[in-house]
Amino acid sequence: MSDVVEKTLTALPSLLSLDSQPGSAKLSSTAKLGNLIRGITELTSKHEEEKLIQHELASIKEQVSSPNTTMRQMRELMVRAVYCEMLGYEASFSYIHAIKLAQQGNVLEKRVGYLAVSLFLNESHELLLLLVNTVLKDLQSTNLIEVCMALTVVCQIFPKDMIPVILPIVEEKLNHPKEIIRRKAVLALHKFYLIAPNQVQHIHNKFRKALCDKDPGVMTASLHIYLQLIQENAEAYKDLTASFVTILKQVVGGKLPMDFNYHSVPAPWLQIQLLRILSLLGKNDQRTSEVMYEVLDESLRRAEMNHNITYAILYECVKCVYTIHPKSELLEKAAKCIGNFVLSPKINLKYLGLKALTYVVQQDPKLALQHQMTIIECLDHSDVIIKRETLELLFRITNAQNVTVIVEKMLDFLRLSKDDHMTIDIVGKVAELAEKYAPDNEWFIQTMNAVFSLGGDMMQPEIPNGFLKLLSEGFDSEEEDRKLRLFAVSSYISLLQGEPSKLPQRFLQVICWVLGEYSFLKEDLEPSVVLGLLTKLLDMKSSSSETKSWVLVAMTKLCWSEAAVSEAQQVAETYSSSFDTTLRQRAQELQHLSRDSQLHSRVLPPGGRLEPDEVDSSLSFLDGFVSEALSAGAAPYKPLHQRQEELSRSKVLSLEPYGLSLPISTSSCSITDRQSPTLLSTSSGLSGDGTDFSHRGSSTTLRLDGVKRVWGREGYLAQKKPVEEVAQVEVPSPLRSPSQQGDANSCRSKTPTPTANPECDQEKQQLASSLFGGLSSQSSVCLMEKSEPDIQRFRRKAKGQRSSSTTNEQRANPTVSSASAVDNLLCNNLLEADTEPINSSAKQTFQHPHSLSVANGACDAEAILTDGDPKERNQPLSSEDFVEADDSPPREDQERSKDSCLTPHLPAELSGFSHSEIIPLCSSQSLDLSACHVQTDNSVVLVVFITNTSEDANLQIQVLSEELEVFCVCESPVEEVRGRSVSVRQYSLTVKMPLVHFELVGMLSYSIPAGMPQAMMQFSYKLPLTSFIRPLTVSTEEYGSMWLAFSHDTKQNLTLIKEEREPLTATLNALNKKLSLHVVEIIGVEGLVACSLLQDQPCLMHCRVHAGRLAVWLRSPVPDLPDCLLYHCQRALQEP
Amino acid sequence: MQFMLLFSRQGKLRLQKWYVPLSDKEKKKITRELVQTVLARKPKMCSFLEWRDLKIVYKRYASLYFCCAIEDQDNELITLEIIHRYVELLDKYFGSVCELDIIFNFEKAYFILDEFLLGGEAQETSKKNVLKAIEQADLLQEIKTLMVYQKKYM
Repeated sequence: MSDVVEKTLTALPSLLSLDSQPGSAKLSSTAKLGNLIRGITELTSKHEEEKLIQHELASIKEQVSSPNTTMRQMRELMVRAVYCEMLGYEASFSYIHAIKLAQQGNVLEKRVGYLAVSLFLNESHELLLLLVNTVLKDLQSTNLIEVCMALTVVCQIFPKDMIPVILPIVEEKLNHPKEIIRRKAVLALHKFYLIAPNQVQHIHNKFRKALCDKDPGVMTASLHIYLQLIQENAEAYKDLTASFVTILKQVVGGKLPMDFNYHSVPAPWLQIQLLRILSLLGKNDQRTSEVMYEVLDESLRRAEMNHNITYAILYECVKCVYTIHPKSELLEKAAKCIGNFVLSPKINLKYLGLKALTYVVQQDPKLALQHQMTIIECLDHSDVIIKRETLELLFRITNAQNVTVIVEKMLDFLRLSKDDHMTIDIVGKVAELAEKYAPDNEWFIQTMNAVFSLGGDMMQPEIPNGFLKLLSEGFDSEEEDRKLRLFAVSSYISLLQGEPSKLPQRFLQVICWVLGEYSFLKEDLEPSVVLGLLTKLLDMKSSSSETKSWVLVAMTKLCWSEAAVSEAQQVAETYSSSFDTTLRQRAQELQHLSRDSQLHSRVLPPGGRLEPDEVDSSLSFLDGFVSEALSAGAAPYKPLHQRQEELSRSKVLSLEPYGLSLPISTSSCSITDRQSPTLLSTSSGLSGDGTDFSHRGSSTTLRLDGVKRVWGREGYLAQKKPVEEVAQVEVPSPLRSPSQQGDANSCRSKTPTPTANPECDQEKQQLASSLFGGLSSQSSVCLMEKSEPDIQRFRRKAKGQRSSSTTNEQRANPTVSSASAVDNLLCNNLLEADTEPINSSAKQTFQHPHSLSVANGACDAEAILTDGDPKERNQPLSSEDFVEADDSPPREDQERSKDSCLTPHLPAELSGFSHSEIIPLCSSQSLDLSACHVQTDNSVVLVVFITNTSEDANLQIQVLSEELEVFCVCESPVEEVRGRSVSVRQYSLTVKMPLVHFELVGMLSYSIPAGMPQAMMQFSYKLPLTSFIRPLTVSTEEYGSMWLAFSHDTKQNLTLIKEEREPLTATLNALNKKLSLHVVEIIGVEGLVACSLLQDQPCLMHCRVHAGRLAVWLRSPVPDLPDCLLYHCQRALQEP
Repeated sequence: MQFMLLFSRQGKLRLQKWYVPLSDKEKKKITRELVQTVLARKPKMCSFLEWRDLKIVYKRYASLYFCCAIEDQDNELITLEIIHRYVELLDKYFGSVCELDIIFNFEKAYFILDEFLLGGEAQETSKKNVLKAIEQADLLQEIKTLMVYQKKYM
């Protein structure tokens, strides 16, 4: 058919010449449009066109506002107005008339009116409200055409707030006898769902009815809604899998009316829609996937004809097969299909083949190997799009062995690229690869030079920032650092000696910083020489004032030698009167520091580098505040990603489809988003602007890419099977598809191509071996390990070490430590002081000076009651003394002795379990209350010891908690306690809702001796969530399926335990030991950990080592449990 | 689908349909840039483009370029066939369509498009049904005759 069109269209010129003859088609009203169009085609300049259109618009404006204009004329006027708008001229005066036309015209006029409205207005236009009544009227019209038109316009634009007005009528239309009405009604509901999902919440069952409609068109329309719904929540629609499979089977089997065939392929649009739905349903779900294997196989088999439409279905099929739970036979077939795409002589198919390879190469690196020759051909393809896609593919298979070749190819591409978007993207990738796999210093610096000069000023600021950070922080060996810096200096000196005016500003800034910091490393280099080069930059016209201020800062660092000083002062002189205040500031600094060499050496010690300010990125000093807020009922912190998710769920339609998408993987961002905002602040100019901290996470773009995907967004992707299947696919499969491309194939198969001359061929072979080097020898294993830090040459100093050292420093510093170490005591104590006038745990009060003012009063008043250590009672209540008392060894001894003397009283059935330290709760003249908690396998038991030092007593204890269920093991609340004995009470505790710490409040009423008036004592006891945590032993598979089922989650970065070899293992072992979490499995840089809150409330933790930190992701069915547990993990890892 | 543009080899816009809300300024900017990019491509090149963060699928029929912007997960090949089906529909309706038909009767071209694609999704893929719907709406034969007339004498 297209041939026919082309023939017709090529005859156009002759038609056009006819067309210019006057006198044709005078009769029609559309002739006016014709005249306008002809008039425009005759014009030669843009200016003339503008004049003509303005004239035209003026005449339209006059006519539309005239009361004598008939609707019929109006229709014609609207068409012309639409045409003018299409040419880019505004005709907003006609909008209101378009609405009027839709309202008042007859069917034909109405149609034009509606069309004009849908073309003129967008969703938020205020005039749209005027349309609501018209639509409402037409929806209720008896004329089918009018109903159709109203529904069509509703599907395109309708004011969101007015949906409820027409919703009932649209719903009613789902039962209309005409299928076209039903279909449009379904699409209208789809539209409503997109712009206001909550408005159509209640009619989900109607969607099901539409899915079962006897008309295939209506059913197809309903799939749009289902695709959307399933994208949002696949779990809820698993039950429909069988129905979708049946529908697809019928379609593939040719059960639909012939009308739906497209080039003798049955309903391809429907097929593709179904395949997309199935792939969403089958993702990470073996059972659901099994239902669809058969029909997928059938689809792959049926689609044999050599036509675009069958390839479209095949492509979707392949995507589906690789998305759902893998099955080896299907994978094999899909791989063959990809082969057909890649080897196809049709460029569109080749492109899609490369795309598919990019998609599956992480699962199946062998596939890329099979097609290496084609990939190499595509690298030199004349179409930039093909090249770009090939580079994307190569980027994903990069490893330490092929990095130089691949980066070279990328740089070649960059040198020719004109598209900013592509440049930004690829520059980022090169920088990432260079940092990850650089084989040596020289290569690294040269590659980065290329990145900076090619990326120019468009590239993401993270790249230069990250590079400078890398240089300044250095690696594990001092010597290496020195060499790298030295090399950078020499390389930059020679660049500046060349033609610095050609370098982009960003690059110049990097150069300035490096020269300022490290040029002293090059011994034969006089600072005055560097100063000379820098001065040249200042004089360059192209230098921006930002660059100039970098230059001045670099000069300030360099002016420590005699010769340099005079030059520096000259420069400072010039710029101290600059109009730019920043430059003036820098010039002043330069002037002062160059004059006073003593000051200079103090501020900028020669050769020494100022340590950047330490930042405690985990904000651990706020823990106390947080736990206090949490216990006061504040909502737990939600990480950015979670908030955004919730937000996006409530947001209906993204209004910014064209936001610049930088290749920052969302996962890496969301994981690091807890980092302190101070990281982003700029450090002072003197210490060098270049030390600015960039956001750690965002500089590492697409880190995950090379890694075999063990974890999808939805959870664990079982990976045992695919590995086996890789092995099967590997068996050389005949790549030709017999039906279509016999010859084409033979010259493009795996073996060297006979078409090209042998020399060129050899070249390609070599290239292939260098490109695919890492892949062929170690295959998937190599890919797996790609991201492991051992291979990475320029491993940044682990953030973990840094922050842990920070916390250590804090510990050493007394003022800081009081804030962080005692924080949980703070909230404990303040609460106790309020609720408990008699006595609070003395020991705790001592530790915390801040609460003394409150606690003091209490102690004073009840001092008589206190029957503790006499020494303690006599202590003057000054804070220093209390602290001393706390530290004094005798007290500790006494504690210990108390502990040991009460331990034997532990009930026999609990003696086998570990118990916490026994701590005193309260005491009176003759009664001493102490308590501890015992962790049994399936419960936590609070044991209260009542020591009676005098005569027999009657007493009654009540223990309560808001967050815990307390069950008293003994029968009667009243008990007689014999004199000089110890009585024991047990309370079993279960969690009502998770909290970081639980608090129990108790009341003891007693009468000594029995029968005397009662006295009362209050006490409280606190225990952490960890007492309730038990290891949960599950297999990796069980873990995977549980992971998917849990809805509450939280993510954060934690400190890794410093250990040379296996930081992950060490960290997880520490968690296991301290919090008794069960380590399910450690896979490469990822670890799976499971635990449960007592018996039945599981919580899963997924850990991944990322940029020297441990990125953890907790999930649980219990709200708040992940957050609370995370708190404890954090604490456990920070404790030395 | 995010939008569909029809433009001539000279870069003149013939039809535009936007399925995402954008300001006029943005629309103009996108149109200008995209027309330039597509026109610069050679005939034997790939029909798919990655442009900004969109996927562009385009195809040339004689002097007219049909150009669609789709989302990331959408199928490029089927979009190409959507374009083709639209051309088939135009061809059937106008009777061997040419660029002039679309220029002079662009509102008809819009009507057909609206019957075929609704809100960016393929609404009805059966050729017969689409045309039936259009013809029903074209109640007055006058339009049709006029068109034939115009074609004959131009």
